[in-house]
Amino acid sequence: MANDDVLLQLSGVTRTFGGLTAVDGVDLTVRRGQIYSIIGPNGAGKTTVFNLITGIYRPTSGDVTLDGNSIVGYTPDRVLRAGVARTFQNIRLFNNMTVLENVLVGQHVRFPGDLISIVFHLPNYNRAERAARARAIELLGFFGPSMVALQDEYALNLSYADRRRVEVARALGSNPKLLMLDEPTAGMNDAETAEAVGYIQALRRDFGVTILLIEHKLQVTMGLSDRIAVLDYGKKIAEGLPDEIRTNELVIEAYLGRKAAI
Amino acid sequence: MHTMALAAAGPAGFLNFLQAIKIGITAGAIYALVALGYTLVYGIIELINFAHGDVFMWGTQVTFVLITALGITSTIGGWQLVGVLALLVVAASVFCGVLNVTIERLAYRPLRRAPRLAPLIAAIAVSFILENIAELWRGPGQIAFPNLFPSTALININQTFVVEYRDVFIVVLALVIMFALSRFILGTKLGRAMRATAQDPEAAQLMGVNINTTIALTFLLGGALAGAGAVVFTVSTAGYVWFFTGFQFGLYAFTAAVLGGIGNVNGAVLGGFMIGIVEGLSIAYLPQGSILSTAVVFGVLVLVLVFRPTGFLGAQVPDKA
Repeated sequence: MANDDVLLQLSGVTRTFGGLTAVDGVDLTVRRGQIYSIIGPNGAGKTTVFNLITGIYRPTSGDVTLDGNSIVGYTPDRVLRAGVARTFQNIRLFNNMTVLENVLVGQHVRFPGDLISIVFHLPNYNRAERAARARAIELLGFFGPSMVALQDEYALNLSYADRRRVEVARALGSNPKLLMLDEPTAGMNDAETAEAVGYIQALRRDFGVTILLIEHKLQVTMGLSDRIAVLDYGKKIAEGLPDEIRTNELVIEAYLGRKAAI
Repeated sequence: MHTMALAAAGPAGFLNFLQAIKIGITAGAIYALVALGYTLVYGIIELINFAHGDVFMWGTQVTFVLITALGITSTIGGWQLVGVLALLVVAASVFCGVLNVTIERLAYRPLRRAPRLAPLIAAIAVSFILENIAELWRGPGQIAFPNLFPSTALININQTFVVEYRDVFIVVLALVIMFALSRFILGTKLGRAMRATAQDPEAAQLMGVNINTTIALTFLLGGALAGAGAVVFTVSTAGYVWFFTGFQFGLYAFTAAVLGGIGNVNGAVLGGFMIGIVEGLSIAYLPQGSILSTAVVFGVLVLVLVFRPTGFLGAQVPDKA
């Protein structure tokens, strides 16, 4: 495949915290339009990889490129501007803001609004604000009319599954090239999980985003992913198609223990 | 100053009461403007900006310099007064806003990841620096300030309940500013960024919000409000400028912010008016009230905090994910 197919590339990314190596020489290549999953046991360094991509942590060594340009050393808001948006394993909505406001914050970088045009109510800002609100409602509409109806509810008061949906809508607000979902089905029952799988596929179809996923539930990963990387103790121990991962001895041993079968 | 006798029952007593409330509301409006600066900054970086009262004091100095430069030495009226007041409010707001942003950039931002006490001490240091520079420049004494407002009463009942132009000016200006601030914070992109940063700075940054710009904006707003408050205070109540004004005034305003629930914008306004009214009533009704009022104000603070440790409108359990 041509190299401009590559959206995100991690080359030899390592991150140490004191004496602990949380991520150890990880290479990942995520191609445009893929749903790419990172799996691995607890503490394998999956969320740390997310934090290294989004600029929360800086790699101790190695490189992270987006569209061929290194984003190492970018602050998180610059990474977002460059086209990477994410959700969180432990949902981090702005609880004292409404659903609509949360999604509007997600659009922060995508509409103009400097202090002068806000204070003097310049028409360009008012237009942008109206357009942003319309867009926010459209994004909520992706999850159906019931989410649109919740637009003025405080995020704090939402059900768990709805909070996950709002996080995704908020992340979509920035029109990302790469959408990173950190355990999007954590804490969900089977029905909710099935629905989440459905909307993750729809996200790629409707918004044309590439998706990088951390997921614990194997049935979710296997069904969704074009490609899977397996982390264990900060190292990538396997990478491949779902079927290859399913039968990989190293993965079965590290991730499931000897007795379990996938 | 306002050593009124203990109010007798009857109409005169009621007028005295109204007058004390009016004095409380006008003082409270200014406390509220300054309290907003404490609460905005605390809301976003959890710093008690002890220098804020001295930023306010510098607003009074700027007001004085401008009045002197304009050659105004006594009461003016009509549109001339309106024009001068508008000029003063804009100039002092810009000056104090820029001063506050500069302080944040030089003294607080380098300490943002330091333990909580470090920026607090820095704030105290900045407070003294601002005071000392003003003292060096202006001397240790109070400098008398001309009263700009005509003393014509708009309402005058038995010389007891009196409402003057300046009272209207204070309350109207404060309400307009508070309304504009609330529109800004609740309904605009930058206001949402401020609230998002206050709740979860890291998540806000991951949504593309530039934290440094947003914090600077918060200091700009807080400083501008202190500047507007300083103009109101100087031209209508103080009668003097003094390098030490910011100390007690800042403490009152800070108390107002804590009383209302620090970090909560509505709380700062509520706390400001409450402190003004408690002060007004204790001056009117307590023997030696003008001396005791400070003790009463802080006594009320302690009492409120005993029953509601987070202030009237403060969150009971702050949720910081």
